[in-house]
Amino acid sequence: MENYLSIFTEYDIPGAFWVNIQLTFWAAIGALVLGTILALLRISPVGSFQAIGTSYVNLIRNTPLTIIILFCVLALYGQLGFVLSSDFQNNFFRLAVLGLAVYHAAFVCEAIRSGVNTVPLGQAEAARAIGLSFLPAARMVILPQAFRGAIVPLGNTLIALIKNSTVAAVGSVATESSSVMKTMIEFRADIVIPIFLTFAVGFVIIVIPVGLLTTWASKKLAVAR
Amino acid sequence: MRKTRFGTVAAMAAVAALALTSCGGSGDSEADGDKIRIGIKFDQPGLGFKDGDNYTGFDVDVAKYVANELGYTEEQIEFVSAPSANRETMLQNDQVDMIFATYSITDERNKVVDFAGPYFVAGQDLLVPADSDIAGPEDLDGKNLCSVTGSTSAQKVKDNYAQNTNLQELPGYAECTTQMSGGTIDAVTTDDIILAGLAAQPAYKGKFKVVGAPFSEENYGVGLPDGTDKCADINAAITKMIESGEWQKALDKNTEGTGYKPNAETNPPTLSDSCA
Repeated sequence: MENYLSIFTEYDIPGAFWVNIQLTFWAAIGALVLGTILALLRISPVGSFQAIGTSYVNLIRNTPLTIIILFCVLALYGQLGFVLSSDFQNNFFRLAVLGLAVYHAAFVCEAIRSGVNTVPLGQAEAARAIGLSFLPAARMVILPQAFRGAIVPLGNTLIALIKNSTVAAVGSVATESSSVMKTMIEFRADIVIPIFLTFAVGFVIIVIPVGLLTTWASKKLAVAR
Repeated sequence: MRKTRFGTVAAMAAVAALALTSCGGSGDSEADGDKIRIGIKFDQPGLGFKDGDNYTGFDVDVAKYVANELGYTEEQIEFVSAPSANRETMLQNDQVDMIFATYSITDERNKVVDFAGPYFVAGQDLLVPADSDIAGPEDLDGKNLCSVTGSTSAQKVKDNYAQNTNLQELPGYAECTTQMSGGTIDAVTTDDIILAGLAAQPAYKGKFKVVGAPFSEENYGVGLPDGTDKCADINAAITKMIESGEWQKALDKNTEGTGYKPNAETNPPTLSDSCA
């Protein structure tokens, strides 16, 4: 037991989870903005916009996240010299956020589109009838209701994002939890299973409140019809 | 309500416990004594490398020699992939009989597994482009260095050289060499023999060189299940391999063309007849 507890003083485990939370936070903002734009493209009346949105979602959603993040580091940075920060380590953090945001935007887009489907057609027709064109109608009538209907799928995407933030390990973010776990296993082979369980429990502790919060919010904010 | 909830949680915990024990079980251990299962790396050129149906590398050659001395023919050897993080678990669960996979002997590992050997003493070194003027870790100021996430080498750099160097950690050495050939990395660091194996790959021939100033000592041992009685036999086999010259031959063959010379003070290692 003492043997096990020593890993908490030897390694900064809360710090490692904090990096994952930071990755999640920035990537979630990026994915929400990009995902909303994509959803707008997909529900817009312009055919070529729809095609752009559909292609993005189908291309990115069907590409493994590991490959996207490796692409960011090995191709964008390694071969093309694309730099997001002058600080060496921070650059990898931002590249990982970019990869996570680009990937999850596809899921956010589909979550919002499912929310749009909960808005009755009459709402759009009424918005058009009072003279609103596409963007004002989307901004003032459709999207506010769509977001409220999409809280649960958006929450699921956020939960997936929290756990997927560990994939940043392949993108050279060596301070996040799965990299720290790898280091711990390398040096403390005598307690491999307790180390695994520690990180599993850590993620459960982070993810469960998110699940409870989205369930609560989806009930509280549901559009009464 | 409360009671049923508790029941559900208890049931879930029971299922989880079952799932855990089932993956820790020794159900897949092969009972027939004809075969010997040897864990090696599949992805480390020059040491343990799976090339189609063939296995090549220094670890593989030593493993074959030792298995042969223990009375197994080459057909009876079954090579199993043993990635770094899985090595202890594979020995504890009887998924392999022995491991030759750049496995450094450390006190923590010795608590859960036994080691025969060492059959090679490696040292952490640097791999740099052939025209680089880096001659050792003291030349790394302001340079970009690459190593593998969670490796001993990466940790050593963090502890000793982190103030002045930028350390990039990637999932494998192949990614590191890709970065170096792209020009964003000035040096790759890990054990010298691994670096020599990387440099000996056809794609990089003549492009990279091993600096040859090792700054650590890693004793590569043969990983064995805890409480084994095979150490003496394996050590005798390794000693025989060294004395017969086969050891040197295997080393030369696998690092050919890189100009790599192992640290002569520590190699070839001398062995006792008990477990390390």
